[in-house]
This record gives sequence, structure tokens and C-alpha cells, in this order.
Amino acid sequence: MMDDTSLILMVGLPFAGSILAAALPTSSRTAAAALAGAVTLVCLVLAIALYSPVASLGAVRNEIDWIPALGLNFSLRMDGFAWMFAMLITSIALLVVLYARYYMSPEDPVPRFFSFFLAFMGSMLGIVLSGNLILLVVFWEMTSIFSFLLIGYWHHNAGARDGARMALTITGIGGLGLLTGVLLIGHIVGSYELDAVLASGDLIREHPLYVPTLCFILLGALTKSAQFPFHFWLPNAMAAPTPVSAFLHSATMVKAGVFLLARFWPVLAGTEEWFWIVGLSGMMSFVLGAYFAIFQQDIKGLLAYSTISHLGLITMLLSLGSPLGAVAAIFHMMNHATFKASLFMAAGIIDHETGTRDMRKLSGLFRFMPFTATLAMVASAAMAGVPLLNGFLSKEMFFAETIETHVSSILDTAAPYAAFVGSAFAVAYSIRFIHGTFFGPPPTDLPSTPHEPPFWMRFPILLLVLACLVVGTLPGYTIGPYLHTAVTSVLGNRTPEYSLAIWHGFNLPLIMSLGALAVGLVLFAFLKNYLATSEEGPPYFRRLKGQRIFERAMVTMSWRWARFLEGHLGTRRLQPQLRLLVLVALIAAAWPLTVLGFNHDKLTLAGADPAFVVLWAIGITCAIGAAWQAKFHRLVALVLLGGAGLVTCITFLWFSAPDLAVTQLLVEVVTTVLILLGLRWLPQRSKEIVASEVTLSAKLRRYRDLAFAAAAGTGMTLIAYAIMTRATPETISNYFLEKAYTEGGGRNVVNVILVDFRSFDTMGEMTVLGVVALTVYALLRRFRPAEDSVESPEQQRIQNADDDARPDRKLGDTVSDYLLVPAVIMQWLFPVIIVFAAYLFMRGHDLPGGGFAAGIAMAAAFILQYMAAGTVWVEDRLRVLPVRWIGIGLLLAVVVGSGSWVLGYPFLTTHSQYIELPWIGAVPAATALLFDFGVFSLVLGATTLMLIALAHQSIRRLRAPRPSPSTSGEAS
Amino acid sequence: MELVLSIGIGVLIGSGVWLLFRPRTYQLIIGLSLIAYGVNLFIFSMGRLKVAAPPVLASGGPVNPADYADPIPQALVLTAIVIGFATAALFLVVLLVSRGLTGSDHVDGREPN
Repeated sequence: MMDDTSLILMVGLPFAGSILAAALPTSSRTAAAALAGAVTLVCLVLAIALYSPVASLGAVRNEIDWIPALGLNFSLRMDGFAWMFAMLITSIALLVVLYARYYMSPEDPVPRFFSFFLAFMGSMLGIVLSGNLILLVVFWEMTSIFSFLLIGYWHHNAGARDGARMALTITGIGGLGLLTGVLLIGHIVGSYELDAVLASGDLIREHPLYVPTLCFILLGALTKSAQFPFHFWLPNAMAAPTPVSAFLHSATMVKAGVFLLARFWPVLAGTEEWFWIVGLSGMMSFVLGAYFAIFQQDIKGLLAYSTISHLGLITMLLSLGSPLGAVAAIFHMMNHATFKASLFMAAGIIDHETGTRDMRKLSGLFRFMPFTATLAMVASAAMAGVPLLNGFLSKEMFFAETIETHVSSILDTAAPYAAFVGSAFAVAYSIRFIHGTFFGPPPTDLPSTPHEPPFWMRFPILLLVLACLVVGTLPGYTIGPYLHTAVTSVLGNRTPEYSLAIWHGFNLPLIMSLGALAVGLVLFAFLKNYLATSEEGPPYFRRLKGQRIFERAMVTMSWRWARFLEGHLGTRRLQPQLRLLVLVALIAAAWPLTVLGFNHDKLTLAGADPAFVVLWAIGITCAIGAAWQAKFHRLVALVLLGGAGLVTCITFLWFSAPDLAVTQLLVEVVTTVLILLGLRWLPQRSKEIVASEVTLSAKLRRYRDLAFAAAAGTGMTLIAYAIMTRATPETISNYFLEKAYTEGGGRNVVNVILVDFRSFDTMGEMTVLGVVALTVYALLRRFRPAEDSVESPEQQRIQNADDDARPDRKLGDTVSDYLLVPAVIMQWLFPVIIVFAAYLFMRGHDLPGGGFAAGIAMAAAFILQYMAAGTVWVEDRLRVLPVRWIGIGLLLAVVVGSGSWVLGYPFLTTHSQYIELPWIGAVPAATALLFDFGVFSLVLGATTLMLIALAHQSIRRLRAPRPSPSTSGEAS
Repeated sequence: MELVLSIGIGVLIGSGVWLLFRPRTYQLIIGLSLIAYGVNLFIFSMGRLKVAAPPVLASGGPVNPADYADPIPQALVLTAIVIGFATAALFLVVLLVSRGLTGSDHVDGREPN
């Protein structure tokens, strides 16, 4: 039980720490470092404590249901291999946190750095501890994202931005590949649980989908580990702060790829495809990475290429499919992390102290920082594979493995030669790193004078270098048992006999090691003078840059192709887009009509009520008339639109939908008022275009549009008719009809559906209405009309001129005279409409009416007052607070809904009963009524808010918009 | 009856679609309103047409669903009417503001060349 919790804590704590660190003030460098250090230390202690259960039980597991329906569990699992990685991650993270405390400048936003850092560590621990493959992919993607953020930490630097983007693109693509591969594995095995997958190796290897699965998984692993041909992102990621390079790009993140290869080794390895793809990629990375490293002038660049090379070595070992190879690979993962992290930290110190990382400028630093230099030399020696250091041990095992024949092929035959050449290169670049920076004459023109860094900045390096030495001299006593636990958890009963002794006798691997040392030394002596002044990058190859190819591909895809597609297929004009939309809709609708058939024989007018026919003759005339007049006679079009709306309203009433009829009628009123208010701000368009001026192309365009419209209309007629004349299938309506009274406590089924059965939907719709109203309000707050609409309308000007001219009249008298009679009626109607709204509301649950209708009716009452007496008059006497109504409505709905939680029912469960009131009689008192009051309040608020906001524009002092922004928009 | 209503729906939608393709924003708002009528009627008619059978229960006794019009399309259309009003209002305001900013009431925000 304790151990389960430890696993959760190990993954959860870093993220919690990350959020905390993000909340710290920008300047709190030490606090952030202390927080990160504490979190990391706790994780490390937890990992240490977990060793004995892991070693005795084989694996510690913790499973939490996540989406059990899909077989996805949040399952964590720590076996020996995962333990080893967890130790590696947490211990190096702790050292890097200590180092970063001194490395980061007080001017940088340091808490942000540690926030990203901790989140990255959490994701990395998540990868190694995931017991479910989907979970693993999620953490995998998170490492890509946090790596992106960390590389781009100095985002004011273009190199950092480019490097971050490239790393994210490459590893992100790999992550998608991995996801595909994992889905394929899940398909083959039938489970995403790691235990189940590891147990079905034969099943996967013999499955017809094995090769695609392998390719996708490898795409993920090789991109992450920066293996050839995806290696080029790693050197560009060196734009990151050095602690990041030390942690992510040597010890952990790039190790995630080889971790995955080793994790899936028992399941995927051992086939010819595995050997060729993994082996070739590993060998190319090993040799080319080492070769490129020799010619780097940037010390971090040298280390980056060296990392590619060492990861290539691990990949090669894993490709062989032999258990001994896997042992060597796992061993080298740890060794490499130790010496490479220390080297990166040393490089960071050099950069920090001298202000440059260019080896052409650096030299003779030994006399300034002898301590750091000694540590770096030991670490470099480990990197080169010098005896008595840990690098030597795993390299010996590597040589021994390459000499063995595993799969007889060219690649296998070439392996020992490639291994020898690569190792010689490794010796050369290791010497170059040391010689170029620490030896030679004292440096000239350095940006700053170097000296030894603070002790605590050197301390992490010291520890790591000590580890190199101890493991290198006493492997069996130090690393031995832990390595064995890790190896057993990967290889199971295939674990081979191996020995970690330093001295295996004077055998071929030892000769190869010594030979590589000698050849590397000679090579360096040859190149020394050339390298002192040469350009960055190896001769000939420096022009062939993966980075350049990547950039070119990115530009081609995201710019040229996108521009081409936009230019040829896209349009910024609305009309073609709408035409396309209608066309798609036509095709989509024609499909079922042709497949399922249409009842031609029933196309009959028989049984139609003549009154209904006349009604729709009017409706059709109104609709066509509105379409005809909408351009030049807006008011006419609006009136005709209202006509079509009334016909719709009567149709609802005719076919037994009184609720709809009431609502439609009321909405019709407010819509008309709204559009009338808007008309004033539209441009004048009085001149009719003379028929002869219409060009042929314009005519053709209109005919085409007419054809589209006719097709759409005919299609709708056919579909509507086809459905209406078919029998009703069994629907859930019967349920609602039967239960409305017994369970909803109301007789008006439509209202019961809205406020009871489907009240959650209604709540959503209310929210939309409220949002729209607020948007309208916000848009109009800074409304600037077009220049030609700023002036008062013509009629108003004439009236005002008349009022001005006659001394007995005040401004606005004419208008109030015109409206004298209507105004009296409208003002007297105010209480009447309020009573009407209340009536609609109260009867809503049992008879047509309800919150929607009542809300709009009430809004109409307010609007009539505005129309009758003018905005100023009304607002002097009446406090209308629409935003508050909206708020009350939403709150009420939520409170009523949550009330049912308190009583132990699901959200928005209603309760209904009747209360006997004196004089009035039985009154329905369902909680749904309260909800309906929320609806009422919100509809009232929203409608009034929109109308009043628009009405206010007429009395504001308006300004035309400033000319500059809209004209400059043309150029872009 | 069904045919008359179907033709009515068709004409509403057809007139609306014609206006959708017009260049002026006001035409668009009228067109969208017409389409809204057509679509509301269409959804409503999915419950089939019944005369004098509103879904208002007579008494608390056992219910025979065949005696009543389908309440579901009605409930859907009821909210659709209100939301339709809201979107019309939003669109109206957007077109006014856009005309204020661009000086044009063309749907693309600038006069065609």
C-alpha cells in the first residue's frame, strides 16, 4: 500500500511543484530552486525506498481506473529497469537543480525555469513508470512539450526559438508515430497494459501488422533519441540553458527513446526488420555523430554530436537482439548519463566564466580553473573509454558484442569496423574538447576574465565524476546488483551470464580499445592545426545540413504549398463559400432521397383546407416579396418578413402547437423592433440600377444563384413532404406524454420537457442567450457608425428645423405630437402587458405559455415604453437593469438545479406538488416553476439588453471611426 | 395539407438561400430569418401534422399518446425561435459595427472591384 502511494507521489509531486513554482514571484530565484530541490529530493528518496520491494517482488504496481470502458487505466508500474531510470532521472535532476541555482542569472525569470523543469521531470518519471501504453504516450508527448518550452526558455533569442520549434516538430511527429504504433499493439494484443503486452512477444512478432507496428514505434523512439536520420534537432536544441542540455539532452529525454527500445526489446527485437532498421540507424548515428563531433567549434555542439554518437552505440547494441547486447546497452545508458551530464555542466561553467563557447577563442583555461579542468578531464576520459572509468567497461562489452556474429549479413560484418572507427573518433573529439579549452597559451580577447566558479556549482560535477571513477574501478560492488535487477526485469529468464570485471584478459576487445585510443590520438595530432581555425562543421558535410533540409521542407509545406492551396482552392469572399456550403448540403440531402426513394404517387393536394391554401399563398408571396425587395426597400422587406412570420405563427397554431404560436408571435414583435432600430444605421440605397446597365456576367450570376435557390427550395419541399407522409416511427415522445403529469407534475408537455425532462438543455440555451446579449452589448459600447450615418436622419432634421423655426414649439414637439395617441395607449398598456406576462408564466406548466413567452412579453412591455416616451423619459422613471436580470436568471437555474444535489438526486431533478392558496385556488408549486422563473428572468434581461443597447445609439454623441486602421488593413 | 406546408417550407428556404448569395448584409439578415422560419417549420413537421390535438393533457388519468401532437419537435422549435432571435440580433449588431469600421455594407467588408 505504501509503495503504491509512493508511485503516485513520484509522478504527481513534480507537477504540483511545477504549479507552485509558476506562482512564485519572478525574482525569487532561491525560493524556486529550493522548491525544485525539495521536490526532487523527495522523489529521489521515494525511489531509493522503493528498491527493496522492487527487487523482491519484481515490480510494484498501482492501478486507478481512468476510462475503464475503453480499457484505459492510470496504471503505474515500477520494475528494476524503471527503477534504474527513476533513480537516474531524480538524482541527476537534483544535481542539475543545484547547478542551475548558480547558473541562472538573476535577470532571468527563474521560477518559470524551475516550473518547466519540474513538469518535465514529472513527465519523464511518468514515461518510465507508466504501466499502460496510452498513458506512456501521453507522458511522452508532455516531455516533447516541456522540452520545447525549456529549449525556448530564452525566447528573445532567435536560435532558441528555431531550435525549440524544430525539436518539437521532430519529436512531435515521432510522438504521433508512437501513438499509432501503440494503438496497433493494442489492436494485436487486445490490451494496453504493459504487463499484457510484454507477455505477448511471439503474438506481436508473428502478426501481419508487425512491420508497420515496428516502424511506427521506431519512428517515436529514434526521433526522441536523435538517431540518424532524425539527429539534426539535437545540436540545435543546444540553444537551451546549459542545465537543460545537461538534464534533457544528455541524461534523460534523449534516453527516453532508447528506454522505449529496451522496454519493447523483449517484444519487438530479434527479427530481421528490427536488426536492419535499428542497426543501420544506430551505426550511422554512432559513426557520423562521432565524426561530426570532431569538427565542432562550439563545445556544446561537440557534446551534442557526441551524445548522438553514444546513443547510436546504445541503439546498435539493442539492434543485435542478443541478451548480452541488451545488458551492455542498459549499462551504457547509465554510464553515458553520468559522464555526459558532468561534461555539459563543465561546458556551462566555461561559458558562464568566459562568455564564449567557441574553441577557437578558448585555450589555456587550466591555469584559471584547475579544479573544474581536472573534473572535466576525468569525465572526458570516461567518454573516450579510458580504462578504470565507467565508459571503458560498457565500451569493452560493446566491442565484444560487435565481434560476435548474430545475423550473418553485411551489417553484422561491418559492425566491428564501424565500432572501431567510431571509438577512434570519440577519442579524438574527447582530446579536442580538453585540449581546446584547457591547454595551450592563455586566452586573448575573452569577453570576461575566467576564474573558478562557486563551490556548489562545481559540486554536482564532482559527484558525477566520482561516480564515474567508483563504477569504473569497483563495478561489481557498486553498480552490479542494481544493474542486475534492471537487466532481469527486461530480459526475464533470458538473462545471460555476464561479468562486470575490469580485467578479462588480453583479448580482442581490449586490443580494439587500445587501438582506438592510439588511432584517435594520432588523428587529433593530424587535425590539430586545421581545427584551430576551421569553420564550424566537418569538411564537405558542413554544407549538407539536416537543419537546412528541415527548414526547406517546413517552408515548402507550411508556406509554399499552403499558399498554393489557398490561392487555388480558397477564397476570402463570403458568397462563394456560402454557395459551396449550399452545394454540399444539396448533395448530402439528395443522397437519402435517391437511395430511400420518394413517394411520388402520394403527391396530392386532396384534403387541404382552402383557408390553409390561401394562408400559404399569402406566406409564399410575402417570402418571395421579401427576397425581392431586401436590397432597395428595406422597410418593405421587413414588413413582408413579418408577414411570413405571421403565417408561420398561424401554421403552428393550426397544427396543435399553441406554445410555438405564442412564442413566435412575441418574438416577431421584438425582432421587428430590433431591425427597425438597426435600419437607421444602414447606408442609403435609393438609386435603382437601370436594367440596361446590368452586365451579362452579372445576369448569369443571378441566374446561377436563382437555380441554386430553386434547387434548395425544391429539395426541402421534397424532403419535408417525403417525411410528413411517412408513418411516425416509435419515438421517446410517448414516454414524455405518459410521464409529464405523473412525474413532471404538469399538463403542458412541451413546457414540462423544457423545464423538467430536458432542463439541462434549456439551461445551455439560456446561457447562449445570455452570452449573445452580453456580446451585443459589448459590441455596441464602442460603436462607431459609418461616416454617412452619423448625421441625424432626414426626417428628424426636417422636424427639428420646423420646431426651431417656430418660437412656440420646443425641440421634439413634432414627434410627440405625432405619437400622442399611440403613446397614451402604449403607456396604459404597460400594466396590462405585465399582468399578461405573469399570466403566461403562471399557467405555463399546465397550459400554453411559460418562461420563454412570458419573458419576451415582459420585454415588449418595456420596449413599448421606450417607443412611446423616448429613452430619456423612461430611464428617468424606470430602473431597468437587464444585466442583473440575466444574472438572476442564470443563478436561479443553477441554484434550483444544485438543490437536488443537496437532497441526493441528480442535477436538476424537480419536485412538484400543488399548494392551496386563498382566493386563487390550487397553484402548481413544482421546483420546475422556479427554474422556469430563471428562464423568464434571463429571456427578459437578454431581450431588453439587446434592444436598449441598440436604442441608446440614437441618443449618444457619435463619432465616425478614425480613418487609419481600416485603410491600412487594405495593404495586408 | 402536407403538400401545401412542404411547398411553403420550400419557398421560405429558397427565398432565404437566394438572399444568402446576395452581396449586402441586410439581404443576408432577411435571408437568414426566412431560412429560420423554414427550418423551424421543417423541424416542427417532423412530428407529423395533427389538427386540434395540442400536447396539453386533459386530465391526470392514463394518457393515450396517439391523441396528442408530438411534443418533442415543439420543445426543440420553441427554444430555436428564441435562439433564432438572439442570433439575428447578434448578426444585426455585427453588421452595423462592421459597416462602421469598414464603411461598407458588403458582406466581404469592402466594395467589389
